[in-house]
Amino acid sequence: MNIHEYQAKELFDRFQVPSPKGKVASTPEEASAAAEEFAGAKLVIKAQVHAGGRGKGHFKNGFQGGVHLIESPAQAAEYAGKMLNETLVTVQTGEEGKLVRKVMVAEAVDITHEYYLAILMDRATCRPVIVASTEGGMSIEDVAHDTPEKIIRQFVHPLLGLQGYEIRKLSAALGLSGDIAKQFGKLLANLYKLFISLDCSMLEINPLVTTPDGRVLALDAKFGFDDNALFRHPEIVAMRDTSEEDPREVAASEFDLNYIGLDGNIACLVNGAGLAMATMDIIKHYGGEPANFLDVGGGASKEQVTAAFKIILGDPNVKGILINIFGGIMDCNVIAEGVIAAAKETGLPIPLVVRLEGNNVEAGKATLGESGLNIVSADTMADGAQKIVAAVQ
Amino acid sequence: MAILVDENTKLLVQGITGSFGARHASLSLAYGTKLVAGVTPGKGGHNFADFVPIFDTVGQAVEATGATASAIFVPPPFAADAILEALDAGVELIVAITEGIPVMDMMRVKEAMKGSKSRLIGPNCPGIVTPGHGEKSHGGCRIGIAPGYIHKRGNVGVVSRSGTLTYEAVWQLTQLGYGQSTCVGIGGDPINGTSHLDVLQMFNEDPETEAIIMIGEIGGTAEVEAARWAKENCKKPIAGFIAGATAPPGRRMGHAGAIVGGEEDTAQAKKKILAECGIAVAETPSDMATTLLERWGK
Repeated sequence: MNIHEYQAKELFDRFQVPSPKGKVASTPEEASAAAEEFAGAKLVIKAQVHAGGRGKGHFKNGFQGGVHLIESPAQAAEYAGKMLNETLVTVQTGEEGKLVRKVMVAEAVDITHEYYLAILMDRATCRPVIVASTEGGMSIEDVAHDTPEKIIRQFVHPLLGLQGYEIRKLSAALGLSGDIAKQFGKLLANLYKLFISLDCSMLEINPLVTTPDGRVLALDAKFGFDDNALFRHPEIVAMRDTSEEDPREVAASEFDLNYIGLDGNIACLVNGAGLAMATMDIIKHYGGEPANFLDVGGGASKEQVTAAFKIILGDPNVKGILINIFGGIMDCNVIAEGVIAAAKETGLPIPLVVRLEGNNVEAGKATLGESGLNIVSADTMADGAQKIVAAVQ
Repeated sequence: MAILVDENTKLLVQGITGSFGARHASLSLAYGTKLVAGVTPGKGGHNFADFVPIFDTVGQAVEATGATASAIFVPPPFAADAILEALDAGVELIVAITEGIPVMDMMRVKEAMKGSKSRLIGPNCPGIVTPGHGEKSHGGCRIGIAPGYIHKRGNVGVVSRSGTLTYEAVWQLTQLGYGQSTCVGIGGDPINGTSHLDVLQMFNEDPETEAIIMIGEIGGTAEVEAARWAKENCKKPIAGFIAGATAPPGRRMGHAGAIVGGEEDTAQAKKKILAECGIAVAETPSDMATTLLERWGK
């Protein structure tokens, strides 16, 4: 789940992580009022979409750029008028672009130096790791590749938490001193608190900046949350903006289905995440392109299978479907009934190959066979993949 | 022999009165597993399936029944607490089936378990099966959610992060006439109790296990660590499969741990290292058993 820039700012404010002054606006009047409030500071107005590349993007109404410097409240209102409820196209949005519902008016800070600061959950050591670098403002992957000595890592004990000496070590390694070091220490302590309290999986500030007037500020942030922990963070769930997500994935999540849309033309419907990944792989192995990842889970109901089927058929790229079920405990006949119910409801305009194995498989195959629908049966994964690849060619 | 559990292992189930736990506790009983106790706070004094006593705490269950293994079916918000309770009660083998436990919770549990004598398998895993000698492998020890009937007692050890891919491999083996010593699902979460490497080491020392199938997926480096160890230390034939060759980077593929973070944890990179370490890598998930048999010289 991703959040908007203004929502990241809200979280930073709540945990006292200093960031440039800013306010979100949904109307030109609100944008103007925000600019009024920050009068005296150099200001910028930014379209709020999840995609990157906003500055160089363009609106479908012809207005250029999703990020602009503004000089007056009147200009804030004018630019907000050109951005709000308009569609912004960036390198990351694709041609269809994203509708801008909010803009943020924020202080445009002067920068003395750019740093990199992140907290991640490290799988290998099963503990949080703080990653910092004096080389901020650029891709950290490039820094790690070109100048690995400039990446500083500090692992944090899972039960003790971040200690003062660890902060001082990091601060010294970044070459910070005096009041800047003090501000950095406080920022990092609060950032760590935020990371733990909100069950983050990743929190990246790039860049973290020092300013000529002696401040340390988080300029741009990226948040990753642990989906498993969202049940205890309703305020984060409320930040979800489904209009920013793939509509197929939004529909799937309403039925507790694990769906990820891809670009291919062979849809698959599978039980179990590992088997679902492996099914995509075997489609590719035999020369096809998977259209999606879809795990219906170990105890899928008829309703879920029907919903899954509709989502698959809603994708105009899909030219064929492979259903691969290893019904260990799950009853193959339940899957068969779900497929038939769905196919009867939506029609079956494209080839469907079904590989059923496991519990009550004979009944499941019989149900499919008696349905009168044009369903091709397969005995193994390889057989199923080859049949569907041949069918869409 | 087999590893971790056998037909004499005394099992308790935490969360036995929930629908998920109850269903699978019944299936374990039907498989012939020695299910000796259930635990659900507040339900102590009742029986499960008429004759399996339910206790309020794991400590009471262990004391009364001598259970040494626990299967955890407790919902995610309470699962970490359930694992810690089993640890406190001295349960030797804790198998956490629960999917969706917050990573921070598992981070703390993992730290708390350091230095203890308990082993954790999972979470977010299908569990463990040591097949029995009866018809359709009846009489074995089934902890978790795997279908018992697909197994057959034999000499192949199977270790995997994924449930359904484990079943796929087991079923392929069984249909070709080759049975399993023990099948271990270590789970699809980023932080888990037992790694591929841990299980490979156990299979290597188990006289009943003659060959091994190791199934992995994108994300993390666990399969690679296991392969590097095996290259130097494991004399038994191993076949491997890595799922997720077609997974887009940065997306979580169902399993919380199945996410490509960098060049090193892609399926392609892992397969290459597995092959370099002498593991026979199956081209497709349909070939897991045949790839093993070929390497095994069968």
